Amino acid sequence: MSINREVVEHVAKLAKLAISEEEAEQFTNEIAGILAYAEKLNALDTTGVDPLISPVPMQAVLRDDIVEENLSQQEALAAAPEVQDGMFKVPRIIEEE
Amino acid sequence: MDYEVVIGLEVHVELKTKAKIFCSCSTAFGGEPNSHVCPFCLGLPGALPVLNKKAVELATRAALALGCTVHKTSTFHRKNYFYPDLPAAYQISQYDKPLATGGKITLSNGKTIGITRVHMEAEAGKSLHQGDDILAAEYSLEDFNRSGIGLIEIVSEPDIRSPEEAKEYLEQLKAILQYAEVSDCKMEEGSLRCDANISLRKRGSKELGTKTELKNLNSFRAVERALEYEVQRQSEVLKSGGEVVQETRTWDEARGITSPMRSKEEAEDYRYFPEPDLMPLELEEGWIEEIRSQLPELPRDRALRFQEEYGLNEYDSGLMVSTKEMADFYEATVKLFPEPKEVANWLMVEVQRLLRSSEQEIQESKLLPENLAQLLKLVKDGTISGSVAKTVLEESFATGEEPKKIVEAKGLSQISDEGQLREIVASVVEANPKSVADYKTGKGKALGFLVGQVMKQTRGMANPQLTNKILKEYLEQQ
Repeated sequence: MSINREVVEHVAKLAKLAISEEEAEQFTNEIAGILAYAEKLNALDTTGVDPLISPVPMQAVLRDDIVEENLSQQEALAAAPEVQDGMFKVPRIIEEE
Repeated sequence: MDYEVVIGLEVHVELKTKAKIFCSCSTAFGGEPNSHVCPFCLGLPGALPVLNKKAVELATRAALALGCTVHKTSTFHRKNYFYPDLPAAYQISQYDKPLATGGKITLSNGKTIGITRVHMEAEAGKSLHQGDDILAAEYSLEDFNRSGIGLIEIVSEPDIRSPEEAKEYLEQLKAILQYAEVSDCKMEEGSLRCDANISLRKRGSKELGTKTELKNLNSFRAVERALEYEVQRQSEVLKSGGEVVQETRTWDEARGITSPMRSKEEAEDYRYFPEPDLMPLELEEGWIEEIRSQLPELPRDRALRFQEEYGLNEYDSGLMVSTKEMADFYEATVKLFPEPKEVANWLMVEVQRLLRSSEQEIQESKLLPENLAQLLKLVKDGTISGSVAKTVLEESFATGEEPKKIVEAKGLSQISDEGQLREIVASVVEANPKSVADYKTGKGKALGFLVGQVMKQTRGMANPQLTNKILKEYLEQQ
């Protein structure tokens, strides 16, 4: 895929990253370089090869349906910047018009 | 212009496991906020998911009950977006290799609605908006007790053609999932939720029109009403030459309208990528078959059997299988009182009325199959009349007491003793010489009046047939 300034700015926005004009320029060049390097893989014919999900052949390990004691409410909220009624207080979710 | 309605439904159902899908926190509803949480379901860095086997089993059972093909290998992906109820800023879900695909639900008119896929994912937390609604709220509070509960998402094909069909699809889906004991499916507790996609197209056209997605549908009735509103709205837009805007709209129950949702979020761009912390899920064929063999008789099969075995019509059988508990109650009662149609009538009318007024499900009430059967026997053998039976039912429903005991304690037995009835008849006849004279001159109404007087004296407990017979005999002899 081709990378350009708009893509970089879009991805930054989705990731909630504030980047400067200079950084946008710099990342565009750097990411383009990385992608170009990865593009080399396309030279290989992968017809009939299954996608590799993990380098080691492993499958999901399952746990039994057993409830265990975990964090107390106090512990859960210990690092919260703001708390009310045992819950995390968060800013307005939808902007006013 | 004649339009065809095209509807597809996405239903989220919470799996009835004890622990969450990727961690060992409790799934219990209610409880102190943020007391069923751990580093994983709070999205703290470094915490790793381990898949709950029971969640896989329930999801597989649901998929099989819906006639889907369960895939031997499925994988998990991260769906990335920012929202305060999603602490890790991604939801673990399934993307290109879901657990199961290709099922169906058959509606009562015989039409089948395709099921595209069934996949597993993790539930988000719950936001409490501090204001009238999310728009008015200055801030919100987050409770993560729900975060990480196992969900299945069931996506239908766009095969649904009317709001009524959408409602029936949901009712059938709910019944199937309850029968399979996959989920409680309580919409009021949020363990079943539905979003709807709806578009219109010119009748006969193969191309799909532009759709809107409807959210905040809190009951099956709301789904139906919101879809009806949207059919109306979209057809007016199209008829006036306008274009439907592709957007998410929220249902306003109080005002009965849908309106566009505004959100901070950019247009959907979830950047799905394989979940690096979970290896592919591999299911053994034998395990899938074992789960299939444990499936209970499903509602539609049971309704067909009720029609065949008990001679119920389609409508009645549908009502009797609407929940597994009702169907079990019905069969248990019929076993003790083998008049299937009579039992169905009592359950559909009188018991249903009591359930509605007490806002209970049959399994929550104190009524027992043996007590309903006993009550119907008392009516059949003439111990009590049909109208007294309704009073006795109310009492048994409220207290769980045996009908026989209620009848005894309250002296509600029908008077079927001929000698006793004769005495009462004699006194009534004596007190009403005018009616007797009327009867003699052939006025039919007079007999009815005299029967009424006997009933009045006995507080409705005289056996009506016997009273009629004795009264006639008595009058003839006069």
